[in-house]
Amino acid sequence: MKVAGKCWKYGDDINTDVIYPGRYTYQLLSEAEIASHALEDLDSEFAEKMDPGDIVVGGENWGVGSAREQAVKTLKYKGVAAIIAKSFARIYFRNCLNEGLLVITCRDAVDAIENGEMVTIDMEEGIIETKSRMFRFEQYPEYVKELVESGGIISYTKNKLSSY
Amino acid sequence: MGQTFAENLLSQKAGRDVKAGDIVVVSPDYCISHENASSVSQTFYKMTDKVWDAERIVLTLDHTVPASTEAYANSHSIIRQFAKEQNIVHFYDLNKHGGICHQIMCQEAYSAPGRLILGTDSHTCTAGAMGAFATGIGRSEMASVWALGQIWLKVPETIKINVHGRFAAGVYAKDLILTVCGMFGAGGASYKCLEFDGEGIHNMSIAERMTICNMAIEMDAKSAVCKPDDKVRDKLVKKNITENVNWIWADKEAVYCEELDINLAEIKPSVAKPSRVDNHANVEEVEGTHIDQAFIGACTNGRLEDLHVVTDILRGRQVKVRTIIIPASCEVLSDALKEGIISELVDAGCTIMPPGCGPCVGVSGGVIGDGESCIATSNRNFKGRMGSRNGNIYLASPATAAVSALNGYISDPRKIL
Repeated sequence: MKVAGKCWKYGDDINTDVIYPGRYTYQLLSEAEIASHALEDLDSEFAEKMDPGDIVVGGENWGVGSAREQAVKTLKYKGVAAIIAKSFARIYFRNCLNEGLLVITCRDAVDAIENGEMVTIDMEEGIIETKSRMFRFEQYPEYVKELVESGGIISYTKNKLSSY
Repeated sequence: MGQTFAENLLSQKAGRDVKAGDIVVVSPDYCISHENASSVSQTFYKMTDKVWDAERIVLTLDHTVPASTEAYANSHSIIRQFAKEQNIVHFYDLNKHGGICHQIMCQEAYSAPGRLILGTDSHTCTAGAMGAFATGIGRSEMASVWALGQIWLKVPETIKINVHGRFAAGVYAKDLILTVCGMFGAGGASYKCLEFDGEGIHNMSIAERMTICNMAIEMDAKSAVCKPDDKVRDKLVKKNITENVNWIWADKEAVYCEELDINLAEIKPSVAKPSRVDNHANVEEVEGTHIDQAFIGACTNGRLEDLHVVTDILRGRQVKVRTIIIPASCEVLSDALKEGIISELVDAGCTIMPPGCGPCVGVSGGVIGDGESCIATSNRNFKGRMGSRNGNIYLASPATAAVSALNGYISDPRKIL
């Protein structure tokens, strides 16, 4: 599977409160409403100006902080195709696998990518293509393959239940 | 070669010997969810219709209580309905038993030595204070656990922290963990378990251990644990808990990815400056900084012991700024009332709110406005978290917050002693 999109580049330690503010977390909102608050306290232009298929690029420890799933859903519902980061906070990474949002760890690619640049990701080959050069990334470990191939935790769980 | 606490506990749960890096599929002893249970239940019903074991699910209402909007009230209704449909008895609604989820998990001893605790809240790691392996997960993940009764986990590596000595006067457990967050940084313990041991920990109360374990997630740790001992044993006796308790700890020859020693005598009253939890400073560096509000409470520091410290400082005096005090549970409030400390706090000018999370995550009363600064005993100070995006949050111990409230500016608690 190949993914291509325009990059929105941010720094290190981008926390869940700026990705999706806590004040919206305990209301049951629609997918569109959740999407509307994406990166609200980090970059007020993002929600308005991003296009479905765009790629978010982060530094170290993307998603640090809360376990709130909306910090992943907001990007997924907005149409973000993938997040490339130098490293991900643990719970955030896991929530992305559960939601079916592509998460790629590749420090060198992040250093090379410029804000606004078009980038292509080849999930099968494990390659990110930027305007300067190509980068290899480590693909998902074996133990999450079943989860990722099911498309997320809901399908994965239903499959498991029907196999009991 | 010996094993760490995490390796020993997860080996026991998995039914085979595992080490750091291995994947296990294990069943939790208890799962805790709060207001997000309304969302978890909706995802759950997309998977199946009956929870695997209603006895192992704990639900609390703490973030948006009492409901201040129709939306929150409707969300609570969904949870009540779900608890009824699924026969969930461990449901802490607005009654005399309720409180903040992490407070309840330790207070009621759902967390106990050797147990595996999962929660839809990143501060689930608080429960490590009772000797459990406790970690936070997302809502959909919890829906899956409710359905399957199991979760896959990667056995974490462990950082061992040996704690020696005693705190100097005016220095507390919160200062220790703020200092440790500053040392490791926001991602410094990512995916790791933090093992706290040593005489310094042994001399601490459960309440202090909860303060320490609570903030492990601020370094992205998977879990944190304090070696369970007689204090934990006494708690279990008081609660009449005899079953499903395993005094698991690390082996002497356990292998750690990092090991460090901390002398409590060297810790100073600390703050985390806006807007990062690892933005550590000793209080003398920020002394004199104007504050508009003090918030004392949250799962980090809302216990009776914390209220004692605060009351000893405020007794017979008057606070100069809005000072919001929130006991972490109805039991804490009830005990505080019986001891007379609530009236002393009220006489000092404090505002007492019902047990719950309060303004910590910006969804209950006590949020701050543009340009305002708040000193808080909670665990996060990210931009916009407690109200205005243009507000400033300083994290501190209850003592530092109380002294600061007296003066109207950030102050050193050692100076008032």
